[in-house]
Amino acid sequence: MLQHKLKDLFDEPACATNRAKDDSERKKGCGAKPLTPGNAAGGCAFDGAKIVLQPIADAAHLVHGPSACEGNSWDSRHALSSGPELYRTGFTTDLSEMDVIYGGEKRLYRAIKEIAARFDPPAIFVYQTCVTAMIGDDIAAVCKVASERLGRPVIPVNAPGFVGKKNFGTKLAGEALLDHVIGRVEPETTTPTDINLLGEYNVAGDLWNVTPLFERLGVRVLAAITGDARFRQVASAHRARLNMMVCSQALINLARKMKERWGIPYFEGSFYGVPATSQSLRTIARMLVAQGAAADLLARTEDLIATEEARVAVELESLLPRLAGKRALLYTGGVKSWSVISALQDAGMVVIGTSVRKSTQGDKARAQALMGEDGELFETLTQREMYRMLKAGEADIMLSGGRTQFVALKAKAPWLDVNQERHRAYAGYDGAVTLAREIDRALSNPIWRQVRAPAPWEA
Amino acid sequence: MARIEASGKPCVVNPLKVSPPLGAAMAFMGLDGCMPMLHAAQGCTAFALVLLVRHFREAIPLQTTAMNEVSTILGGSDNLEQAILNVTERARPKVIGVCSTGLTETRGEDVRGDLKLIRRRHPELADVALIHAATSDYKGGLEGGWGAAVTAIVEALVEPTHARDSRQINVLAGSHLTPADLEEIHDTVAAFGLTPIMLPDLAGSLDGHVADRYVPTTLGGTNLDDVRVMGASAVTLALGLQVEPAARLLESRCGVPVETFPRLVGLRAWDDFVAALAKRSGEPVPNSVRRRRSQLVDAMLDGHFYFGGKRIAIAAEPDLLLGLSQFLADMGATIACAVATTDVAALTRAPAESVTIGDLDDLERRATGCDLVVSHAHGRRVAERLEIPFFPAGFPLFDTLGAAHRLSVGYRGARDLIFAIGNLFIANQSGHGVRDRQGGHHAAVAAH
Repeated sequence: MLQHKLKDLFDEPACATNRAKDDSERKKGCGAKPLTPGNAAGGCAFDGAKIVLQPIADAAHLVHGPSACEGNSWDSRHALSSGPELYRTGFTTDLSEMDVIYGGEKRLYRAIKEIAARFDPPAIFVYQTCVTAMIGDDIAAVCKVASERLGRPVIPVNAPGFVGKKNFGTKLAGEALLDHVIGRVEPETTTPTDINLLGEYNVAGDLWNVTPLFERLGVRVLAAITGDARFRQVASAHRARLNMMVCSQALINLARKMKERWGIPYFEGSFYGVPATSQSLRTIARMLVAQGAAADLLARTEDLIATEEARVAVELESLLPRLAGKRALLYTGGVKSWSVISALQDAGMVVIGTSVRKSTQGDKARAQALMGEDGELFETLTQREMYRMLKAGEADIMLSGGRTQFVALKAKAPWLDVNQERHRAYAGYDGAVTLAREIDRALSNPIWRQVRAPAPWEA
Repeated sequence: MARIEASGKPCVVNPLKVSPPLGAAMAFMGLDGCMPMLHAAQGCTAFALVLLVRHFREAIPLQTTAMNEVSTILGGSDNLEQAILNVTERARPKVIGVCSTGLTETRGEDVRGDLKLIRRRHPELADVALIHAATSDYKGGLEGGWGAAVTAIVEALVEPTHARDSRQINVLAGSHLTPADLEEIHDTVAAFGLTPIMLPDLAGSLDGHVADRYVPTTLGGTNLDDVRVMGASAVTLALGLQVEPAARLLESRCGVPVETFPRLVGLRAWDDFVAALAKRSGEPVPNSVRRRRSQLVDAMLDGHFYFGGKRIAIAAEPDLLLGLSQFLADMGATIACAVATTDVAALTRAPAESVTIGDLDDLERRATGCDLVVSHAHGRRVAERLEIPFFPAGFPLFDTLGAAHRLSVGYRGARDLIFAIGNLFIANQSGHGVRDRQGGHHAAVAAH
């Protein structure tokens, strides 16, 4: 089963990177390069699957594995919910040595039953892990029996860590949604302006920075997949008129197959930065109108964009002189490798380099075009080099995720979180202002002068 | 004597436990020039790394053998070899600490055999110590993994000897001790004119110092040459039950006697430690130490009003739980609810009616009506839901500044712990005046 899934995913007609490969390369699977033992960083397939599915807030997420998989990782991403909190509860079968010897299927079933009885969620996602895959636990079979007996969807997510990187796990999660969730519930009503946002996880409330814009346009987000989502919303997502892929290629298989099954067109866009946000809104309006929405949506969208851009320009005005010419180093992944560049350039900053380790060819081209010739694309950027650039003052600030935070701070350089652990929303027009304000706050903090100065007896 | 109870649930809800390989990797971080490595799929390292970075607020050296589907089926020795060669080439470590995991233990990888072969094939690794801690994700918790790594370090590095240096003292430290604790212990031992060898020494590597250059391995920590001569020490002080097996190994290999200190928090516990040092050194207890003892006694007198009759809910790894709960009980509080990660025999000594081997959900269900919740950072939400004050302790503390600098051992540590927890009680009292009128509030006010 899993083998077929993997083969299918390694052959993704909608993915430009995949199409650029020859047959033998394609069979080796996706993800830029095989992992180098002793020189690898990043999450596994299980991690990726969980990133995609866990934000479904009213569902229970049960990890079938030993303590490392959930015990070391639970409740660590700031994907926010406006209501249910069940998704933040860490559920795991926490396999013991005995389970490894005798098999963990019975324990898994009892765990599912207990969760259904005690928490009564509309659905339970069950995640396979390395150890349970190796001992041959058939989570699909257990989930099938549990679904029937417990009268609710119990969904197997077959993405054990060893099958690949985080990026690959996101696609396996997309497959789980296609196989078991999307299309299983009919929405109460539909409108000609229903859209889905694929790969928008509402980190720090990003989604809530753009939903008010949609409301003003009369566009309904039928399902964010999966930011602040409810199970029923995702299950009824097949009735949308348009899919926007927010997080680059993470769910391209989902977008492509939803197009094939239900005729939903899709496009890739971003809400990071003013130009990207405006561009995304325009595309949504254009594609919805092409799908039969009233044509006045186009003009209303232009009005909204004009109003918002003018408003943001005023709000950014006081910050611009403070940020002008400041040099940023960007170390993030996927779509952010270019979309954040444009957000920074709006604020008058210079991006000296960006990492493109998890980006597509399209992402890379866009990043290079935005930065111009002087900007560097880093396929790999070692922590040593990162440290050197910051220490030498080649960049004034680094924007990255938590794992590299202390490389910057040890170089006594300002740093800002742009990944999943951040506490501020950077999406949409308001997000662009917030981002500029946060960068200014980081750069202008008075500690930098103090901590960089030598002790009096060393001067 | 506390009764040990199993949680009895088929499913863990809100895990208390982190994995043993993470504990082992953390112990390896107390060696100088070390690169710890998880023999697993890369996700294991990513998860552990994130927790360690968020807890210590430090760049953390931790690598992976990046097991994939093929190596999971065919065996991981090639990945292990490549990983060791790559790390050596790139980071020039003095020591690589390999921690096996659920994946590689389930496969039954012969890591030690592999390491021997790798060493034989690659003379360029002559100067790199390769140490294997046999940890698996489905057996034990943080302290178990930590203990396994300390034993592995002793086994791999300590040289057999019958020489004896009467002033040299081995200090084997458990994971419940912070870098600040280790500093206090080191300074106290040194104050008696003794030379401590601290292992592992997180105070050297993860105390939050800023180096003036980039170092890809640990910077600071126990020097390997110091570990090698631990067999010549006068005594091994085993601080925590988790490191007792390592101490016993040293004893059987080199005849170094063992003194175990399961607890170091509070007056009696630290008195025992100081008395042992005085006896061992033949030196009088320094005046500075006596002065601090007096400060702790005074803090106990001032603080006991607020602790008396308080009901505590605590969830932690065994050594941490034993130390903190005894301290709180010694201040007059009642341990109303105790939850531990793993079942170790010593838990029967906890000053509570029962100890549940369970998770934070067990804590939440039993902590109703308590006055304080003590646990790692994930417990904060439990405390919030129950509207009970929260005191963070253990690993991970990802929402607390200065996790490495929280001091609880020594007279100073206990003194400040009384202030920190007592102040929590006081702050909570003023907000709920009516309810507290029946509690310790009266006595406390009368004392002013």
